[in-house]
Amino acid sequence: MPKMNMIQAINLALHEEMEKDETVLVMGQDVGVNGGVFRATEGLSVKFGKERAIDTPLAESGIIGSAIGMAIAGLKPVAEIQFSGFSYLTLGQLEGNAARMRTRSRGQFTCPLVMRMPYGGGVRALEHHSESKETYWAHTAGLKVVIPSSPRNARALLTAAIRDPDPVIFMEPKHSYRAFKEEVPEKKETMEIGKAEIVREGSDLTLVSWGAMFHLTKKVVDQIQSERKVSIELIDLLTISPMDSATINASVRKTGRCVIVQEAQKTLGPASEIIARINDEVLMYLEAPVKRVSGYDVVMPYFGREKMYLPTMERIRRAIEETLEF
Amino acid sequence: MPLKTIGKFSLSYLQVLDDKGKLDENLEPKLSNTELNKLYRAMYLARQLDSRMLKLQRQGRLGTIPVCTGQEACVCGATFALRDSDWFVGSYRELGGRLMRGEPLINPMIYYNGYEEGSFNPVNDRTLPINIILGSQLPHAVGAAYGSRLKGEKENASLVFFGDGSTSEGDFHEAINFAAVWKLPVVFFCQNNQWAISTPRANQTHSESIAQKAISYGIDGIQIDGNDVLAVYKATKDALDRGRAGEGPTLIEAVTYRMGVHTTADDPTRYRKNAEVEEWSKKDPIKRFENYLIEKKAWSARKQKTMEDEIKAEIEQTVKDFENMTDFKPDSPFDYLFETETDDIKALRAEFLNEIGKDADNA
Repeated sequence: MPKMNMIQAINLALHEEMEKDETVLVMGQDVGVNGGVFRATEGLSVKFGKERAIDTPLAESGIIGSAIGMAIAGLKPVAEIQFSGFSYLTLGQLEGNAARMRTRSRGQFTCPLVMRMPYGGGVRALEHHSESKETYWAHTAGLKVVIPSSPRNARALLTAAIRDPDPVIFMEPKHSYRAFKEEVPEKKETMEIGKAEIVREGSDLTLVSWGAMFHLTKKVVDQIQSERKVSIELIDLLTISPMDSATINASVRKTGRCVIVQEAQKTLGPASEIIARINDEVLMYLEAPVKRVSGYDVVMPYFGREKMYLPTMERIRRAIEETLEF
Repeated sequence: MPLKTIGKFSLSYLQVLDDKGKLDENLEPKLSNTELNKLYRAMYLARQLDSRMLKLQRQGRLGTIPVCTGQEACVCGATFALRDSDWFVGSYRELGGRLMRGEPLINPMIYYNGYEEGSFNPVNDRTLPINIILGSQLPHAVGAAYGSRLKGEKENASLVFFGDGSTSEGDFHEAINFAAVWKLPVVFFCQNNQWAISTPRANQTHSESIAQKAISYGIDGIQIDGNDVLAVYKATKDALDRGRAGEGPTLIEAVTYRMGVHTTADDPTRYRKNAEVEEWSKKDPIKRFENYLIEKKAWSARKQKTMEDEIKAEIEQTVKDFENMTDFKPDSPFDYLFETETDDIKALRAEFLNEIGKDADNA
């Protein structure tokens, strides 16, 4: 398989799963004829027809509400919300119905649907196009929240999300859509939802990140390791909920130091939960306070100031050095 | 009789100037030549600024912009019927209307260069900022009209703009229903420009018209030629007058066309035919209005030349001023979170300033 970018990898997963399972369909605004505003659904309407690549009217709550009905009726809808900033209208349907349909019906009805949406900053976009609000979804029992970081894991995780028997919020870091290419195996591949990946093993410090921040973080680690002898364990969280604290805590037990890098605002972000779980289980192994590098608790600035409000390589570097030297 | 007709409905379509600018004298609104010239200038300015900003965007000096060309009759004609004390509630394709409300020419440039400093109207405090979440502004217009009425400003009305796509959102239906139940002076102005990015009007709603949705809420509705500025003005003025007289809201469907891209991130060649665009270009609202004005002897080639020169100079001066702007306070997002800064935010602002002070990138 040639190298591909994240958009191509997502497109590949959709093609593969729609081919394999005729109950899988995509739906959303501009996903059919136009192939999606980012081209994630390119070619699907030609190959699978308009009934399985549905151009919907413009109504987010309607998209997810009808996806819930489809899922109840035995389909596997993969609904695209054009930008995560427009997804909050779906919160009523997701929190009020999708997340609790299994509980409410004692397992009689389930909602195996996926809501895909681009999120995150760094692409000079207009208001509502740059936020990282994974917490909204992760704070809802009954929803799984997945954030890939690369073409390969995007394809594998989206495949897993489509096959998952429960609702999955699949947040795609749009900054990484075309940022780089990666070898994606010819053979179909899935990854387990709810599992973090230790991308590089190390013994001195645990570094946890996800989404577009993962790459920035990795670059900093490469830089630091080329300058000095230090061994950093790099963890890509991949699933926000359910959170794989077993992998993180085992790592922290080994290293005694931890830094978390998140694009989301600071207060009540996923980093807060990671720290709480470290506190629950491995506090006594810590040799330094756990540090977080994050966004700020402000309305996401328009793109003129955006860069200052996203974690920078320098901020990540300072957090790592301060934690190592504590 | 168990089965009988319980309602019959009819719907009107209004056009005052035909495609060529020929007038139906019975329908001509009463406007002086000075007023007509002012309206024409507003439309022309909107077109020129839109084109200039598109150029700036293509040169990388602005971020993503929505393009407004072709819809000047809608936004300018409707806004012209408004009083300064009325509420102007817009989405993001009302450049000309916003300028008529006193917004400085430089503001859209600042806004589309990514700074909040350009996103409000410093002149008129009854003009709401750009609203990108489709349809979500409609209920605001309803609430604002309710507020004005309760405060005794009985003459004040709301005018709210949205597109054909937004009529699929729940907020559209909820807002009209509220306004109808509360009998508020709200004019719901739909710029039906035929395309919601790649979704054609026919796939947006199964109704033959958007105007007929008014019937189901028990309010007045009318479909108009949205490229005919006199029809737009007349329909909006009549609707506002009825609203002020306590007769409730109106839904206006202005049939127009999005001549350009949805935004500069869009490529319409993927989903619509150029022939359609060419067909609509023959119905250009500015050319049509100009023909009418010349016929009426309210305009001349000399006036046109003077206006073109003035507007060009005004826009170029604005571009210069815009390019000389550099002073954007880094921590201003913290200034507008709450009226009183909380201790939490105070600490976070200090942390932010400390961090960016250390970042060479941001120095």
